Amino acid sequence: MKALRKFLDKQKPHFEKGGKFHWLWSTFEGMESFLFVSNAVTTKGAHIRDSIDMKRTMTVVIMATLPALFFGMWNVGYQHFLSLGETTDFWQNMGYGALKLIPIIIVSYGVGLGIEFYFAQINGHEINEGYLVTGMLIPLIVPPNVPLWILAIAVAFAVVFGKEVFGGTGMNVVNPALVARAFLFFAYPGDMSGDKVWIAEKADSYSGATPLGDALVGNFDHFHTFSDMFFGFIPGSAGETSTLMILIGAVILLATGMASWRIMFSVFTGGLVMGLLFNWWGANEYMELPAYYHLVMGGFAFGAVFMATDPVTSSQTAKGQWTYGFLIGMIAVLIRVFNPAYPEGMMLAILLMNVFAPLIDHYVIESNIKKRLKRLKVVTNS
Amino acid sequence: MSTIYFVKKGLDIKLIGEAEKTIVDLDAKRFAIKPPDFIGCFPKMLIKEGDSVKAGTPLFFDKYRENIIYTSPISGKFVELKRGAKRKILELIIESDGKFESIDFGSAEISSLDKTVVVEKMLKSGVWPLLRQRPYSVIANPDDSPKSIFVTAFDSSPLAPDFDLLVQGREEEFQTGLDVLAKLTTGKVHLNTHKELNSSQVFSSARNVQVNTFAGPHPSGNVSVHISRIDPINKGDVVWYINAQDVITIGTLFSTGKYDSTRVVALTGSEVTNPKYYRAHIGANITNMVVNNINGDNNRYISGTVLTGTKIESDGFLGFYDAQITVIPEGDYYEFFGWVLPGFGKWSFSKTFPAFLSPNKKYRLDTNLHGGKRAFVVTGLYEKVFPFDIYPMQLMKAIIVEDIDLMENMGIYEIDAEDFALCEVIDPSKINMQEIVRNGLELMRKEMS
Repeated sequence: MKALRKFLDKQKPHFEKGGKFHWLWSTFEGMESFLFVSNAVTTKGAHIRDSIDMKRTMTVVIMATLPALFFGMWNVGYQHFLSLGETTDFWQNMGYGALKLIPIIIVSYGVGLGIEFYFAQINGHEINEGYLVTGMLIPLIVPPNVPLWILAIAVAFAVVFGKEVFGGTGMNVVNPALVARAFLFFAYPGDMSGDKVWIAEKADSYSGATPLGDALVGNFDHFHTFSDMFFGFIPGSAGETSTLMILIGAVILLATGMASWRIMFSVFTGGLVMGLLFNWWGANEYMELPAYYHLVMGGFAFGAVFMATDPVTSSQTAKGQWTYGFLIGMIAVLIRVFNPAYPEGMMLAILLMNVFAPLIDHYVIESNIKKRLKRLKVVTNS
Repeated sequence: MSTIYFVKKGLDIKLIGEAEKTIVDLDAKRFAIKPPDFIGCFPKMLIKEGDSVKAGTPLFFDKYRENIIYTSPISGKFVELKRGAKRKILELIIESDGKFESIDFGSAEISSLDKTVVVEKMLKSGVWPLLRQRPYSVIANPDDSPKSIFVTAFDSSPLAPDFDLLVQGREEEFQTGLDVLAKLTTGKVHLNTHKELNSSQVFSSARNVQVNTFAGPHPSGNVSVHISRIDPINKGDVVWYINAQDVITIGTLFSTGKYDSTRVVALTGSEVTNPKYYRAHIGANITNMVVNNINGDNNRYISGTVLTGTKIESDGFLGFYDAQITVIPEGDYYEFFGWVLPGFGKWSFSKTFPAFLSPNKKYRLDTNLHGGKRAFVVTGLYEKVFPFDIYPMQLMKAIIVEDIDLMENMGIYEIDAEDFALCEVIDPSKINMQEIVRNGLELMRKEMS
């Protein structure tokens, strides 16, 4: 450790202003602060500071995604061999899943961090940790059979147009991970649609439709059971299938206070309420599907726990968060049932509400302002 | 019994180094008045180096508010004028003659005086700057008539001095001071105490004031919290405020005619070998407090609390409004993988460190920033330690973009930089919020004047 510190201290002058590698300063700083928490001390304001920093915050969120990631790895293998009709053990499934997912993770981090480093460098900023989470979320929400070159383009688009053009982490309007997914589905519909992408290299004769796909075409005869969908033994993106693993992640996020319980709770409530409304209406078989099924199908749970709660793109006021979450839940189920073109509504619902979140906050703040003005009037009249 | 105002949102940071409740005399040779302590003051000198002074001798006045003069806290000789960058006046150093003589401003029966006489006497003697106003936290404008005056009888900050001890045995002067304050407002004088931190008769038996009781963690002692609960500020309102110990100084001036700047000061902090209270004067040099009383040699000396205090040198001077010196270790070290290891024994408000398992542990915290500066990312965090009906992050953003109307509408008049100290401490983005708020308030003050 000391030797490493000495080495860094020796190299540091080359990267500082005037050094020959100054154009790599952000990269050096990123590496250095990855290894060692900086020796910077408080200069203004409070003299003591909390031990938490952005790296710690993001690490906790990544840890929360790990249960879903590992289960997804296993399930990718399990679904693959299931479609081939082969029986395999745990490690074979894991091994196959790892072979599929690890390249996706590498492409996601490689392309995304590369762009992040580049932008940090030209802006003269420190490297921002935000992409560490985005880079983990993207592999979890894309189909396991996604071609890597398409993924690379989607990641590049998401980081540049989803985030950097707005000023980087903390300034973006919509969730970059979802931008990547939306880009995939709208720019490459031929490669992304149908039943072929949700199971990695499946046998052609095997159906491979996700529950949402089945529901959309009215195929309710051999529908997946609730417990299969809750535990995650269904085709789908790696991270989204197991509601149980996602809930473990939710517990980690809520226990550490990293995500808003208001948003999570209200997204689930919104979805349930919309489902119940459809049950009551009951115009077709999809509407009659039990409302709680919606919560475990597709990406609903994953979106509610990891996507809707992104602090930057969600509503930032406590009151606004209730509205924001509730509408995401409702709209997601609404799109699922009504939109014939696209089986999953969660991504579009969250992206839509990301755009409206600042408006919701605006009205919450306006009401706070009005309250203050009212108090002023009461005083001046009396 | 008065009503109790409960402050629920907030945080008590538990630190090592609370002062032992004994008072000893501090034998200080040098004293200083530091113009930067007075927000917005542009000093114009009235005396030269080498002049001898008494307590109450004018030193300088404010270029922008000529009626406010600043006087010497003790008697002796004006020995040094310390300037900083751009010749900004930093310190006026006075060497004591050990006699503590004051100019006689004449004693008087309070009840017979009217406001103009009271104000004139306070201005002339130099005790007026003890009285500050909200909004902006600048020295009160003598021409204003405040809608109420708030006297703070406790400090809820970490390691804060015990105000009961500061005013011990000074009932009469304190009461006289309160009677003086009552002359200055047509509204009420509020004396704000804490349910657990105060038990002194001096406060509970005070007359001519309304005694209010607060309960709960820091920032329950911040005057903004008191004002927001008792008599909120609207646009155009002015409220004055003052510390309990300074009321005694005013009381003494009117009962004896002397400017007595005596102040009991707590020496606190994890690096102090023997933390205790000292009887000193305004602007006292701290050398004799800290010599042979400090562990280690890489420390930060703070006049005030760890949340809002000013950094000073180890031979620096007590700030004008401060009743506390804190010494904590500097944190200029590297920490290998500090952000990823479990971090046992490290303090954090967040539950990402195991610290939340031992809520009563006292910590020895240093000045390390524990991370790099980032944009606002985490939301809903600041509200947990911010007991106002104001959206802290949104207000910060309004200040950063200098949107005057929005700042005003969102309630900037009701707060001060110190109210954001806790937000600043727990912020994972390491943003210097107090500085931003101070700049915002200064911008407002310039726009409105």
